[in-house]
Formats: sequence, structure tokens, C-alpha cells
Amino acid sequence: MRGNLVVGAALVGLVVVTALVSLLWTPLDPQAVDASVRLLGPTPEHLLGTDKFGRDVFSQLMVGAQTTLYVGIIAVGLAAAVGVPLGVLAAMGPRWLGELVMRTSDLVLAFPALLLAIMLAAVYGASTLTAMIAIGVATVPAFARVARAGTLQVLSREYTLAARAGGRSRWWIAWRHVLPNISGMVVVQASVSFAMAVLAEAALSFLGFGTAPPTPSWGRMLQESQELLAVDARLALVPGLAIAAVVLGFNLLGDGLRDRFDPRLEARR
Amino acid sequence: MSERARPQGHLGGVECNQSAPGGTGAAALLSVDGLSITHGETALVDDVSFRIAPGERVGLIGASGSGKSLTASAIMGLLPDGLSASGSVTLRGQQLLGGSERELSRLRGKDIGMVFQEPMTALNPAMRIGRQVAEALTIHGTSRRRATDRARELLDRVGLPERTARAYPHELSGGQRQRVLLTIALANDPALLICDEPTTALDVTVQAQVLDLVAEGVRDRGSALLFITHDLAVIASVCERVLVCCDGRIVEEGPVATVLSEPGHDYTRRLLEAAL
Amino acid sequence: MTSTADSPAPDVDAGDGPIVSVRDLERTYRGGVHALRGVSLDVPRGRRFGIVGESGSGKSTLVRLLAALDRPTAGTVTFEGQRIDDRRESELGFLRRRLQIVFQDPMGSLDPRMRVRDIISEPLGRTRDRDGRVAELLDAVGLPADAGAQYPHRFSGGQRQRISIARALAPRPEVLIADEAVSALDVLVRKQILELLTRLVDEYALTLVFVSHDLGVVRKMCEEVVVMRRGEIVEHGPVDEVYDAPRHDYTRELIAAAPTLHGALRGSARPEPPER
Repeated sequence: MRGNLVVGAALVGLVVVTALVSLLWTPLDPQAVDASVRLLGPTPEHLLGTDKFGRDVFSQLMVGAQTTLYVGIIAVGLAAAVGVPLGVLAAMGPRWLGELVMRTSDLVLAFPALLLAIMLAAVYGASTLTAMIAIGVATVPAFARVARAGTLQVLSREYTLAARAGGRSRWWIAWRHVLPNISGMVVVQASVSFAMAVLAEAALSFLGFGTAPPTPSWGRMLQESQELLAVDARLALVPGLAIAAVVLGFNLLGDGLRDRFDPRLEARR
Repeated sequence: MSERARPQGHLGGVECNQSAPGGTGAAALLSVDGLSITHGETALVDDVSFRIAPGERVGLIGASGSGKSLTASAIMGLLPDGLSASGSVTLRGQQLLGGSERELSRLRGKDIGMVFQEPMTALNPAMRIGRQVAEALTIHGTSRRRATDRARELLDRVGLPERTARAYPHELSGGQRQRVLLTIALANDPALLICDEPTTALDVTVQAQVLDLVAEGVRDRGSALLFITHDLAVIASVCERVLVCCDGRIVEEGPVATVLSEPGHDYTRRLLEAAL
Repeated sequence: MTSTADSPAPDVDAGDGPIVSVRDLERTYRGGVHALRGVSLDVPRGRRFGIVGESGSGKSTLVRLLAALDRPTAGTVTFEGQRIDDRRESELGFLRRRLQIVFQDPMGSLDPRMRVRDIISEPLGRTRDRDGRVAELLDAVGLPADAGAQYPHRFSGGQRQRISIARALAPRPEVLIADEAVSALDVLVRKQILELLTRLVDEYALTLVFVSHDLGVVRKMCEEVVVMRRGEIVEHGPVDEVYDAPRHDYTRELIAAAPTLHGALRGSARPEPPER
């Protein structure tokens, strides 16, 4: 159990550190095109070689970590910040409000996220930000549902009745009883959503509706390598492994955190 | 397990270190000899021995955590992961402890039936009652068509209306579900029926009906009964002999009337005092 | 909070009349389930008042209405002469401190994410000496002083019920409702908790409303009892009278169904069920 937390934190930490370092320093300019060094294999100068435009893959990978984190943090943060309160409100508020929230979230779920992203891109132009907002909005229902189900579960417990019998308000119950008890579920949802957001950004970039060139993104690196798969699998492998590592990292971190913060599991550690 | 912080529990101070002798004589149906169940270094059941004769109704009483349910699980070969059992458990001379899953599954439901405490979770929610009862029969070789008829017959015998066979578990009350479980446990006329707190979750009036059905079911089939509960009064009304379990040991045993009127162990005396 | 609420209502002879009074109470749930069909009762101040019923009798619904945790479909609930059934939560502050509940489920009634001291002090609101009060309460229910820093999962079922009782006593209530407070406990632990409740009721001169499916426990704890069935009160009287000379068939059935040691030892219980 502790292993999950350590490995997950290490993987995520690696990505975070990479992104931070890349703000100040990269071995080479990730956007510098040099036709004389196209498709090089690893060399001391280009640790992971170069792509079809002769750009340094290692430097692109480092800067791409920024995009990945932006996307994940903003999209998931947006989804959780809107979805969790909505879900709690849907469970604790009047019935009509709950119905409204759940039907609306059905509607959003039924609406293809990709279409939403394309529409946003058409209006505001393709960018990382529009991709993040689209992914975030599409993820709100997932958080609302998890939060609502968790809240209903907590409200069925007698300790919330005891709190009411002790004269505590709904706000107190939501804050002191509901949120701590659904936090585990929300954290797990966040880790899954984070992984999905990273993949969605890759897909959107692939379609040309996400991160616009020349900003490096792991998803776009993957897309650009497609036509060269037969020639040099390395170009697909590097961003692919990076995406897999960060997705795995967030999943492990989510599991580990859930266990860590649950006092009921204390005995098993 | 983490260390229990509270010394409050008076139970911890119970002295139940004298082990009662086990066994009532020859021709035992079930023999448990020196059964110990351990979790790592901790002994949860410690050197338990007893015998059950064919057709005999035996009660096993103890507080929660006394090891009584684990003993039943060990007999069924259903111990949770991480626990290991040593000693010997034989049914008609056949060793059950350490037997292969295949051998044990042939015995379970056929020679030994079991009814659990929680009637909500012990049935498959997605399968009609009739089919669940019939399946208990077909697993052990009855043809499908015969099993279906027999299932209806058996459900009728525990006083469930005919439409029950077509119902799903959630459509039944707790008492009705417990009747279904009892029907399944007794479907193959087992030599031994084990009941683990089967009426704890039920209303008093329903409990009385289920207890009647248990007693009637084992009597009609000549089955032996091992009845596990924390309620002395329930044991007194169903069983002939009682085993008193405390901190993983059997501290006293004997005919129900004797043990309850002249308890030989302090723990039994305290149980009697606490009874209403 | 509402200072006017603390002064007795003019039409009530404070100290003499019933502390809780229920008139023609009905509660119908969505889907047309009639949980209560016209219940009236008075709980005199200082009385140990029992409410007996099986599942579906409406006793849990009644408890919620007595504590103003739910609203009746019809009828009134008064606390010291003041209507509490039609008030908004913000107007119920006076009741919240003076009437408290101990719930059944020793697992579900304590928030697993809260430390014991926070659980116990939850009904206190803003108090100057929170820690002192918590220590006092832990002592009163027989838990060690360091229990406050722990989480509930570390405690046994009986200890959790002690925590639950400490929480209920925190705001120094006058009425304590015990809703199946010992039903999930082993006999020996049940005895300890019943003794604790008895002692606390005497010590703090509490009015006790003791709700249970078990007439035996109610007989031990209470002076007066109502028997409920399907949302109605079928019998009401001094507990010994109801127990020894039940007037209603259902009460008789309840008494007969509950297995008792004495009955079992006299041989009147059911070792041999009637032939079919």
C-alpha cells in the first residue's frame, strides 16, 4: 500500500520537476528546426535523438511535461471545483435541484466531449486552454455523480442524524461529515480523470484542436510520429511512455492517498 | 491488527483458561480434535475439541470475537485468507482440514449445509429463488427437471407461498430469505446443518418461526445440528447439548439443562446473569 | 440560541405535565407507506418509557418525529407544551440541547473521519471548556481519558456505544432517546451498557425513551411501555402489567415468541416442534 504512494509520488514528482526545470532550462531549444540533423538516433548532444524537423526530442519532452500538467490540473481542477459542490448540493438540497443537476449532467454526458472541444476551438481558436476547458466541462458530471452518490451514502449514516439532533446545520454536516467522507472517492475520481484528461489532450492535439504548434505537447509528438512509425518507432515510444508513466503515476498516487487518509485502513498499514 | 487502546472491556479480564474435555463417545458424525486457528502469531481458536453424534443438536455459544464463527468456517473449509488452521476435523472419519477445494465442495451443501447470519447478502440478487434452490440440488447430481419440482416442494415445506419460486431475493422479507437459505442448506438432506447466528438479524416473532423450522428440518431428516449464537435462550430452545466458547477455547460443555442450571465456569455464570 | 424557547410556554404547568406529548401522529412516506397511523402518547418527566415494536411497526419513524428530525403528515408533537413538529431547523435550538438520541448502529452512528473528542463535543456548539467537558463525559461513560484522541474504528461495539452515549449527554439533555441502543451488542456487553444507561438516567435525572424490538430488555429498563404494530399503538401500560397480563393478541405473541432461559429450562420452549 505504501508502495503505491511512493511509486506514484515519484512518477508524478518526476513530471513536476521536469516541467519546472524546463521553464528555466532545456538542453537545446525545443522549437529549433535544423534540417541537417533530421531523424538522428540518440547522441551525446541529442540524448533522445531528433524528430523529422531536426528538433531535439529530449527538450520537447521536457517542455511537453508543462502542457500535460496544465491540462490535467486545470481540466480536473475545473471539473472537481464545479462537480463536487454540485453533487453535494444535488444530494442535500431540495429534490427539484437534485433532479435538475442530474438531468443536466446526463445531457452533458450524452454530448460528445470531442464535439464540444471542436466547437470551442471553432469559436475561440484551437489552443491548450480551449482544450482544457472542453475536457473540464465534459468531466464535471463524473465528479457530480461521484459526489452525489457519496453524499447520499454519508447521509444515510446515523452520525448525520446525530449531528442534526445535536443542532448542527446542513452546512456543518456538509463540511464536517460529508466532504471528509467522500474525499477518498473524489481523489480516486481525480486521478482517473487526470489520466483521461492527459489522453484527451493527446487526442485533441492529434486532431489539431488541442495544443497548437509549435508549443510541444506529448500528444502532438505522438501524432507527428505516426507516419514515421515504420521508420523510427523511437519517436512514438518516447512520448507514449511518458504519457503512460504520468497516467500510471496519478493512478497510483490516487490509490495511495485514499489509503493514507482513511483512518479505517490504519490497522492494515 | 493494531493494538487495542482501551483496557475497558471486561471481557479481556475473563479467566477462561481451563479447557473442558471434548467428546461424548464413539460413532461421532463430526469430530473436531485440537483445532487451532491462527493469524500470524495470534491464536484465534486454541485447541478446540468436540464431537457431534448423528442427529444430535449442539449449540456453540460465545461473545463476538470468541472464535465460534471461525470454528464453523474451519469445518466448512471457508476460512478467510490469512488464517491457518491446524488439528483435525473429520466427518464420518473423512479428514476435512486441509482437504482439496474439490473434495470440500463435494461435501459442502451435500453432507454439510450451512445457514449464515446475514440473509441479505447470502443470496444471489439476480437469480430467481426457485432456481437458486434447484441449483443446490443440480450441483450434487439431481436432474434439472426433478430439481425444479423438488425446489417448489421444499419451499412449500418451509411455509413459503408458491409464487416465491419465481421471486427475486429483494422481493422477500428477511425472515423469508432466511427460510430460503434454510431450504437450500437442507436441500440435499445433509448429515450436519451448521447455523451461524441465523436469527440475529430477525424480528422476535420471525425468529421463533425460523427456529421452529430449523428444529423441524433437522429432526425430519435425522440431521445433526451445530447452532452458533450469543443468545443462551436461543440455544436452550433448540439444542440438547451446549459448548461454551470463550477467547478461542471451549471452557465448558454438557447437556443444556445441566450447564444452564449448574454452570461450572465463571464465564457461563456471567452469560446466565446477563440473559433476560 | 432562541432565548424565548427556554422559558416554559404559558399554558403548561412546568415540571408536572408530560415532557413529550404526541397527538394523532401520522406519517405517510412517498409511495403510500403508512409508517404511523394515528399515534398518541405522553411521556411524563423523569419516566423510563419503553416503545416496543418489530420492524415495520413505525417505532423508528416515531423516534425521528419525537426528535423533530422529520415532519409528520398529520398530528402534533410537543416538547414541554411547545409544538416542535412544524418548526424550522433554526427554531429548534432549544430542543436540540434538551433532547438527545443514542442510535442503534455502533458502526454507522460515529463518523469514521472524526476523532472521538470531536464526535462527543459535536452537539456542544461554542463552549469555553470543551476539553474539560469531553474528559468529564469520557469518565462518566467509563472510557479512559486518552480515548478522545482516537478514531472510532479502534473501539469495540460496546465502547462505541459508550462514545455515542457520551455525545448524547454532552449538552446536558433532559430527555434521552435510546433507539435500539443495545440491539447490536452481545449479551455481556449489552448488560454493561444497560447498567450504564440506568446509572446515568438516575444520576442526571433523565427522562428515558427506550425503543427496542425486545420486550425483555424494555421490561428490565422501563416503568411504562407502549407496544406498536403497523404504525399503531396496540397496548399501553405499566411494563409489568403489560408483560404479565397482556391484553392484546400481538403482545401475547411477542412475549411467547421471545425465547427465555426460564422458559427453555422449564422445557416449555421448542425442542420438539409440533408435527406437521
